[in-house]
Amino acid sequence: MDYFFQQLINGLTLGGVYALVALGYTMVYGIIQLINFAHGEIFAAGGYLGVILLSYMASQGLMDSHPWFGLAFALILAMGYCAMLAMAVEKVAYKPLRQSSRLSVLLSALGMSIFLQNGLMLTQGVYDKAYPTEFTHGGFEWLGVRVSYMQIGILAVTALLLVLLNTLVFKTRIGKAMRATAQDKVMSALVGIHSDKVISTTFAIGAALAAAAGIMVGLYYGSVRYDMGFVPGIKAFAAAVLGGIGNITGAMIGGLIIGMVEILAAAYIPAGGEYKDVFAFVILIGVLYFMPTGIMGENVDDTRV
Amino acid sequence: MTRGSRKSWQYFGLGLAWFYLLLWPLLGIRDGELHFAATFAVWLRVAVGATICFVLYRLGKAGRLDGVLHPLAAARDAVGDAMSRAPRWMLLTPVIVFALAYPMLTNRYAQDVAINVLVYICLGLGLNVVVGLCGLLDLGYIAFYGVGAYTYALLSVHYSVPFWVCLPICAVFAAVAGCFIGYPTLRMRGDYLAIVTLGFGEIVRIVINNWMALTGGPNGILGIKSPGIYIPHFVDGSFSFEYLLLRKLEYLYYVILALAAFTIVAVHRINFSRIGRAFEAIREDETAAELMGVDTFRFKLLAYALGAVFGGLAGAFFAARMRFVSPESFTFIESAMVLAMVVLGGMGSIPGVILGALALVALPEAFREFELYRMLAFGGAMAVMMLVRPAGLWPAARMGKRSDDTE
Amino acid sequence: MAAILELEGVCAHYGRIQALRDVSLRVEEGEVVTIIGANGAGKSTTLMTICGIVRATAGEVRYAGESIRDKRPDQLPALGLCQVPEGRRIFPRLTVQENLDMGAFLRRDADEIEADLGMVFRLFPVLHERRKQHGGTLSGGEQQMLAIARALMGRPRMLLLDEPSLGLSPMISQHIFRIIRNVNEERGMTVLLVEQNANMALKLADRAYVMETGAVVMEDDAAALRENADIKKAYLGQ
Repeated sequence: MDYFFQQLINGLTLGGVYALVALGYTMVYGIIQLINFAHGEIFAAGGYLGVILLSYMASQGLMDSHPWFGLAFALILAMGYCAMLAMAVEKVAYKPLRQSSRLSVLLSALGMSIFLQNGLMLTQGVYDKAYPTEFTHGGFEWLGVRVSYMQIGILAVTALLLVLLNTLVFKTRIGKAMRATAQDKVMSALVGIHSDKVISTTFAIGAALAAAAGIMVGLYYGSVRYDMGFVPGIKAFAAAVLGGIGNITGAMIGGLIIGMVEILAAAYIPAGGEYKDVFAFVILIGVLYFMPTGIMGENVDDTRV
Repeated sequence: MTRGSRKSWQYFGLGLAWFYLLLWPLLGIRDGELHFAATFAVWLRVAVGATICFVLYRLGKAGRLDGVLHPLAAARDAVGDAMSRAPRWMLLTPVIVFALAYPMLTNRYAQDVAINVLVYICLGLGLNVVVGLCGLLDLGYIAFYGVGAYTYALLSVHYSVPFWVCLPICAVFAAVAGCFIGYPTLRMRGDYLAIVTLGFGEIVRIVINNWMALTGGPNGILGIKSPGIYIPHFVDGSFSFEYLLLRKLEYLYYVILALAAFTIVAVHRINFSRIGRAFEAIREDETAAELMGVDTFRFKLLAYALGAVFGGLAGAFFAARMRFVSPESFTFIESAMVLAMVVLGGMGSIPGVILGALALVALPEAFREFELYRMLAFGGAMAVMMLVRPAGLWPAARMGKRSDDTE
Repeated sequence: MAAILELEGVCAHYGRIQALRDVSLRVEEGEVVTIIGANGAGKSTTLMTICGIVRATAGEVRYAGESIRDKRPDQLPALGLCQVPEGRRIFPRLTVQENLDMGAFLRRDADEIEADLGMVFRLFPVLHERRKQHGGTLSGGEQQMLAIARALMGRPRMLLLDEPSLGLSPMISQHIFRIIRNVNEERGMTVLLVEQNANMALKLADRAYVMETGAVVMEDDAAALRENADIKKAYLGQ
């Protein structure tokens, strides 16, 4: 039983990270019906920014004196950086194609994904980059379950970001503008919403969440790699589809499910460890086959797709 | 300078500044120190290149380059016109003669590149049936290539079945795999199909990578036999056949040339058959096609299986040629590469796909010293192509807009 | 009186097809003007061109003395030019309340917005009942009311209405037309109305333009047009 709870908490941690990445996919898809392939790379860039900033601060001795402050600082900077990166990608590769066929935009996204991945490789090298680990030690045992402070931190930050996002989308003016633009671009222009700005903002928000996820994955596994964005990217997209693409709550739940299933399957199914990446896809295919609009129902007009 | 041009220069400058900000953290924060010079050097090179392109673009837009561009466009039109008027054999004969004589004219390295190009032509044309003709976006196409390659590898290593016998078997296996993957997925709509096929492609790769007993996992399979032929042999008046393994590159070149020719003819025939029309009807408007009596599900499955067949054939050749297969050859990036050929060349257009394969395989060989930047340039080029020439280098004659593109 | 809206020789194209040919019209401040014509005559395109959703390929569009031809559609509500577009375009998954909030998206005067909200709820009590419901769940007539109410929330100086009676029962259409007249009289709001139901439109309007195949073929006082023999035959079914 202890083992089960241990896996459950690991699954929750991983699922939270998938949920953060999935939100970026689902928001972008909701607003411009694009599978943003470059999103996985944004996530990887977030992880790299984390390692760069934390290493620098560690070398300046800041991490010894104020470790949590340093972490928060790195997190915020990386989120800002990735927001800028995603906005640049959107302006360069997607915005000029707003009137083109969807296949064109999709391929442009694919191209950007390859471009960014190789950009990371060229600037940061092909090998794994290790996160500084001095401050990630420590944890406690509770009812036989080992929980590290890192895990608690990751869960707390994830929960905080999810709540913030929910508030932003459902309670604020910009959130309302985002939802209106997703539902009807012409009409939202007629009430005075500048859709380009809203789309840019959507990309920025999604990217900031992905950046946070990237840092947390880096801290959790201890290192980052230039191609780390690809597989989690697809899994997060699977999570978004699972929850009903365009549906924000759905993406959060879908992420948690995918993370849980992956961890539990690896723990309980023989040879599950080797095949853990397969489970996400199998769930994805199963869900799409039996429930084409996802478990939460889709938030995109059928007429539009 | 007009107001519009000043504004666009402002955006351009802002873009460059933005780019510096994005570049600097990746290059400038290292070893506990902040560096600025290295970033600036890289940035400066990019900025100069971008400025030149931008100036040309602005001049072109303002009509200042008409003196150069108009004659060029006129020349292009004239050539295109002449080509469309000349009988087809006049165009095809030199191409065929050149293709046949190629190994005699070139060295090993060039033959190697040519074989690569031909393999990708087979793959591209196969995917073209699925994406170009039928309009189904398949991001896991390389899985069929893998199925073909592993089918031949296993049959050859364990049962020493000869290549030519395996070829149809590989095609059948790939087709079965295509149906197997297609059956649950083809009811899905465009974007979902893309991501599910991507998922299936990854599943195939992961299974190959982990099924140690059958596939040898990441170590791959060694000792695959080359294709062989029987050559009639006359010695002292007696007549016999001699078995000859086609190990030499020239021979392999002819094998893949034959396969590519077969693929081209087959895809051409499909394209202009009743089936091809059904495919195109599905691509243009699935609902309308269904209302006209096209069994869309069956035809989509057929398109998928047909595409898989060509992938399987190319895979079998790949295994026979390398005499080694491993999961590394069947990653997502290969799928993206093949898709890029189809799209850059021109979806649904056979000469387009051939051109695309040439451009993506042969061109990088010309810039070998920039090997490191190859994929970077590839990704960038893909995005840029979508901006400047979304229909491809050699667009198909019959190509409409997919009905669900319009909002 | 000064013209609040003026079109001069406006042309517009969909791809290679010309949708508007040399359209000129003017609307004075405080007037109700209607454009009538058959399906595909270019009425809706005219409104879309005024709002910048369809780009004019030639000619000039002036609003309150200022050219708006190169403005983006989302810049116009700030100038007091609001549109109720063809097909209503309710945000289906926003609540009625949120739909109305969107109408006042650019306004920052919370008190005044609250007052206007009360005003539209008085005009359309049914919207008040349904304010927590998603827009997509409303009936056609309710959606049309919501669309008009949403436009009113922007406190427009001039309102562009595209086929407000489309698909509605005569009773509901009349109700909506009465409200349009009221708003025009009480608030001095200028109205440009596009309608296929020429009979009702001509009763409501002060002046009218008749469009055929992308061009304006006639303009006159609404009352005079109602008596015009050709119009009677072609559009009023008499």
